[in-house]
Amino acid sequence: MLTKRLIACFDIINGRVTKAKQFQDNIDVAPADDLAEKMYADGIDELIFYDITASAQKRKIDIETVKRVAQRVCIPFSVGGGIKDLHDMYETLKAGAEKISVDSMAVRNPQIIKDGAKAFGSQCIVLSCQVKRTQKTASGYEVFIDGAQEPTGMDAIEWIQKGQDLGAGEICLNSIDFDGMMTGYDLELMVKAGRAVSLPLIASGGAGLPQHLKELFTHTDSLGAIISSMLYSPRADKNFSVQELKNYLADHNVNVRK
Amino acid sequence: MISIIDYKAGNAPSVLNAVHKLGLKARLCPKPEFLRGASHIILPGVGSAGATMRSLAESGFLSALSEAVLQKNIPYLGICVGMQILFEYSHEENTECLGWLKGNVIRFDSTKVRVPQMGWNKVRFTKPVPFNCADNYFYFVNSFYAVPQDKADIWGTAEYGTDFTAAVNRGNIYGTQFHAEKSGAAGLELLRGFLQC
Repeated sequence: MLTKRLIACFDIINGRVTKAKQFQDNIDVAPADDLAEKMYADGIDELIFYDITASAQKRKIDIETVKRVAQRVCIPFSVGGGIKDLHDMYETLKAGAEKISVDSMAVRNPQIIKDGAKAFGSQCIVLSCQVKRTQKTASGYEVFIDGAQEPTGMDAIEWIQKGQDLGAGEICLNSIDFDGMMTGYDLELMVKAGRAVSLPLIASGGAGLPQHLKELFTHTDSLGAIISSMLYSPRADKNFSVQELKNYLADHNVNVRK
Repeated sequence: MISIIDYKAGNAPSVLNAVHKLGLKARLCPKPEFLRGASHIILPGVGSAGATMRSLAESGFLSALSEAVLQKNIPYLGICVGMQILFEYSHEENTECLGWLKGNVIRFDSTKVRVPQMGWNKVRFTKPVPFNCADNYFYFVNSFYAVPQDKADIWGTAEYGTDFTAAVNRGNIYGTQFHAEKSGAAGLELLRGFLQC
């Protein structure tokens, strides 16, 4: 049986992991490859790297960091931020990443999802969305871009359905409202998304305690959970090891890789 | 020399990184000539069966591979799509494949499970091979899976809505639907075993 995945998310600035709260006020944590190797040894299932300032600053993805990480960990990882075209995707995959996470760029140019899926396979293309609760859209969720700074007016649920039709292989939903708050995931968002698409879903934003993971996996159809604050944020009251989290989940009948 | 086929759609560098982690040397092979002197051949796979077959045909690998694997009996490991193309036919883009093993490649039923399968699944190894291989979790990313006609070719199985073939073996030919190169310590051990064949 397929296990639920714990995915450590790293926001990278200049090759170093940083930690933000609601997409702002990043503080420095550690070099990306060191922290990646530490998480790998601790049993993390997957990693995601966002080169968070690349998109806003219109510079290219930090390929050297991708290569260094790939040499040190033998688990899947995705890379997002600063990827603008098929060539960038090709370079990133060749550097050792499994998947490309497209976000703001895909909103500006949805065709990139289709082109990427055709060139490298759907499984390589993760559609990542920054989502905020709103009264303005039918689903009650709106897509934001550029580090959660810019509203688009787009309905988040309609957008992920479109992403699925265009050929994305996985959907990652980042709750702007819950990000860094450590009060739990936006379960309602994940339930709505689970009904709307048949692709695997990853939830992001809000985990602070092991029971938040249990709630996500028992109340929604999410196959993956992004965690970051609770693993390594200096802002968190307590950091958990991956093994602690997996032991807790296994004790509560969540199927995890141990 | 361990030879990793490096074609456009593959993730050869990830496999090379994994082999390096084992403390072994390997070379990436962008052209069929590089297969001369190969001790082991690994065909990494990502993307579609169609793109993989086209890419192998365009770069002239098809005859070189048949010669190395079927005539010289060099140990071969196909990963993910590299395993799927061992069979006769894939329903992904209706692709004629190598046909070294009898059987077809079909899609998971997306009314039952989320497709693609993405994540760590438990593999049970059901057939002895010349190296030790314990049941463990391995990393899968696939929408399609192989259905071998000869059940004796099945090396391991896993469950995703249905029992499916997770690994195959016939003589010097090995295939894993999972990404051994991205399956942590379990994957590295399997690679080590294969490379000792």
